[in-house]
Amino acid sequence: MTSHLLQVTNLSVDFHTAQGTVHAVKNVSWHLDRGETLAILGESGSGKSVSASAIMNLIDIPPGEIVSGEVLFNGLSLLKMPDADRRRINGNKIAMIFQDPLSHLNPVYSVGWQIAEIMTTHGMSAEKARLRTLELMHRVGIPEAETKINAYPHQFSGGQRQRLMIAMALALKPDILIADEPTTALDVTVQAQILSLLEELQQETGMGLLLITHDLGVVAEVADRVVVMNSGEIVETGTAAEVYKNPVHPYTKKLIDAVPGGGEMAAPLDTGIKPILEVDRLSKHFGSFIALDDASLTVLPGETVAIVGESGSGKSTLAKTLLRLEEATSGAAFYEGRDLVTMAPSDLFELRRDIQMVFQDPTQSLNPRMSVGSLISEAFVIHPEILAKDKWTARVQELLAQVGLDPDHVHRYPHQFSGGQRQRIAIARALALEPKLIICDEAVSALDVSIQAQVIDLLNRLQAELGLSYLFIAHDLPLVRDFAHRVVVMQGGRIVEQGPVQQIFENPREDYTRALLAASLHPDPEVQAERRKERQLQEAE
Amino acid sequence: MASQDTDTLVIPDAPRPIVQILRMLWRDKFAFCAAIFLLIVVFCACFGPLLFEDIATKQNLRGRNAPPFDFSKDWLFWLGGDALGRPLLARIMVAAQNTLMVASGAVFFSLTIGTALGLIAGYKSNLTSQIIMRMADVIMSFPSLLLAVIVLFMLPPSVFNLVIVLAITRIPVYLRTSRAEVLEIRERMFVQAAKVMGASSGRIVFRHILPVILPTMLTIATLDFALVVLVESSLSFLGIGIQPPEITWGLMVAQGRPYLTSAWWLSFWPGLAIILTTLSLNLLSNWMRTALDPVQRWRLEIARKKK
Repeated sequence: MTSHLLQVTNLSVDFHTAQGTVHAVKNVSWHLDRGETLAILGESGSGKSVSASAIMNLIDIPPGEIVSGEVLFNGLSLLKMPDADRRRINGNKIAMIFQDPLSHLNPVYSVGWQIAEIMTTHGMSAEKARLRTLELMHRVGIPEAETKINAYPHQFSGGQRQRLMIAMALALKPDILIADEPTTALDVTVQAQILSLLEELQQETGMGLLLITHDLGVVAEVADRVVVMNSGEIVETGTAAEVYKNPVHPYTKKLIDAVPGGGEMAAPLDTGIKPILEVDRLSKHFGSFIALDDASLTVLPGETVAIVGESGSGKSTLAKTLLRLEEATSGAAFYEGRDLVTMAPSDLFELRRDIQMVFQDPTQSLNPRMSVGSLISEAFVIHPEILAKDKWTARVQELLAQVGLDPDHVHRYPHQFSGGQRQRIAIARALALEPKLIICDEAVSALDVSIQAQVIDLLNRLQAELGLSYLFIAHDLPLVRDFAHRVVVMQGGRIVEQGPVQQIFENPREDYTRALLAASLHPDPEVQAERRKERQLQEAE
Repeated sequence: MASQDTDTLVIPDAPRPIVQILRMLWRDKFAFCAAIFLLIVVFCACFGPLLFEDIATKQNLRGRNAPPFDFSKDWLFWLGGDALGRPLLARIMVAAQNTLMVASGAVFFSLTIGTALGLIAGYKSNLTSQIIMRMADVIMSFPSLLLAVIVLFMLPPSVFNLVIVLAITRIPVYLRTSRAEVLEIRERMFVQAAKVMGASSGRIVFRHILPVILPTMLTIATLDFALVVLVESSLSFLGIGIQPPEITWGLMVAQGRPYLTSAWWLSFWPGLAIILTTLSLNLLSNWMRTALDPVQRWRLEIARKKK
């Protein structure tokens, strides 16, 4: 029993909220050995982070309460230990990295100072700590560490910041590294780099790696064993390959089925139709920075065009420019023959009905102080010609039913819904204007995988029923594969490749597209293992 | 008056009937007491001068600096008498009118004008914003007391002029806060969503931005209330504010100052009235912030539980 490096036995954690007690984690047991990678897989609210927080003493008590269970680290009970002893273990023996490195780095200190601080607080001399900091920064792959040691967090990219967080976590050579969604906020190509860095470091130091994630692809890439959690309980454990190949629990099956990228690809639409949107050499400059460079594309009626790219590729700028949230620097965009870029405000107001947008995060795109009814009927207030006032309630309820929500929930507020339901509200709001083209800016990337699939289904159904066109902006290639008719790949403000979905996925022409495809993670550990080998071969060459 | 302002604000914003609001008020016992106290103060302000004007201004030299808690006397003397033997309780009730008129008037005007300018400065173009902000800087850098002295020497020291002067000096506080909030909120996604739907600037400002910043502004307003009462008293003290025989709470505090060592109650009771009014306003605005926010409202809707 005590031979495991870290052992969690029958851990139960409750949170006492005003709305009643929430059993965040119920009787959870798992263990982690030296040199092993254990992934805790689960969707939001599954309690996957709670047991890690219990280990790091990060649960606020109250409202939290550890009801039962034990956490043994090298045979020592962490939960019964006095706080002073525990602080000696935290950061020293057990270190943690988080999802969003920017919010965990202090903006007013240089990164070198912050990394060194961990070592100086644990009793190392400043001189030695600086040398070790340099060494660590080299190790995690920060170029020109000697000059960058005095730089501040905002001067690094997202991936570099995560590397710095890793350097910080590794400063004292911990036995265990807990990584809570370490790559969720990063681009796919960067994600692959960070994951392989973690793996290398693990092999070097022999530490145990506890990885908390929602992404089956990440599990397939790095995990030896996996624990699947659903609403506070462990539903399945096993080696990563085993769980993927022979899932026993229905929840695991559902999770694996929901992963996009396995379905049939849509055939391209007949090109004989007149396009609904024609973007012609559209550019947007912010000062000397070129955010969007000569972008040209077309969207046919009833077609889904996906724009794929990493952060900073200009895909959101394209959407904003089309909606005139940003003014274009040059170029034109013809919607049914009329130029959106030069259109007068009064014409634009009419066109707002035809082109709608669904935003990334429904929590932010819905005004928290408005009820669902007033959110959706705002469309009718702004465009009174759509509907007479006495029919508003009926229409709102009809729209709610159409997106799969309970029509009686008109008086509720956004916070009373789950993330997926909120996105449905946002879609209902867009539909209220009876648009022909909907621009979806990362519309499903903030949602859990199974919810993602449902929202995509909804969008597909609405397209079939109403003949909508979608301009679907995403960073997730597998998702786009099952959904889009055509794909546009963007990088650094330019369109590098566009074509029918089958061509992009099966015969990509450009190196960048190939790199993107290679970096996206497949949920099957075996497929992922092969890809990894290929990658390593390429690197060796 | 101030409490009337706040009460009427609750009603149009909350979608539920008045019973619901009263029930939510009952759940927060502090806010409930505060509301009752403010109702009493408002009542005094409305009817105090009508009922007690004569008694409050009648000299009674035998009762000079009469100590409080002498229950053998008339109930108006229970809080003691002032330097001219006038009953303090009656004077406080009469003074409530002037005090509330000056304070709530000044707070109301500075709140509305400051917030409106802040909304414009935050939402409009750079140039308009710059002009408004520099004007605010001018007001802020000008000593407010000096401004008051200049204006009130030229104009007669009436309640209205006092309100104007006090309102002008307090505008920058609201202006700067609301502008800062607007700058943040206008970048939020739901504002962009409204723009995409074709909402006009007016609609975005009043329907989407104003409701979000209003609780902050009201909280500042309640804090400002006490400050304005005290500034008004110092102006009266300098002889350019409200002048005797007119009375305000601040003026009463100032008048009691020479007797602080011998008759503390002269300044204490009106001071207590100022403190309690401000405290009540604070409690009520705190309650209102929760009640107006749909995300927080459940705290008042569910029964209070012991921790």
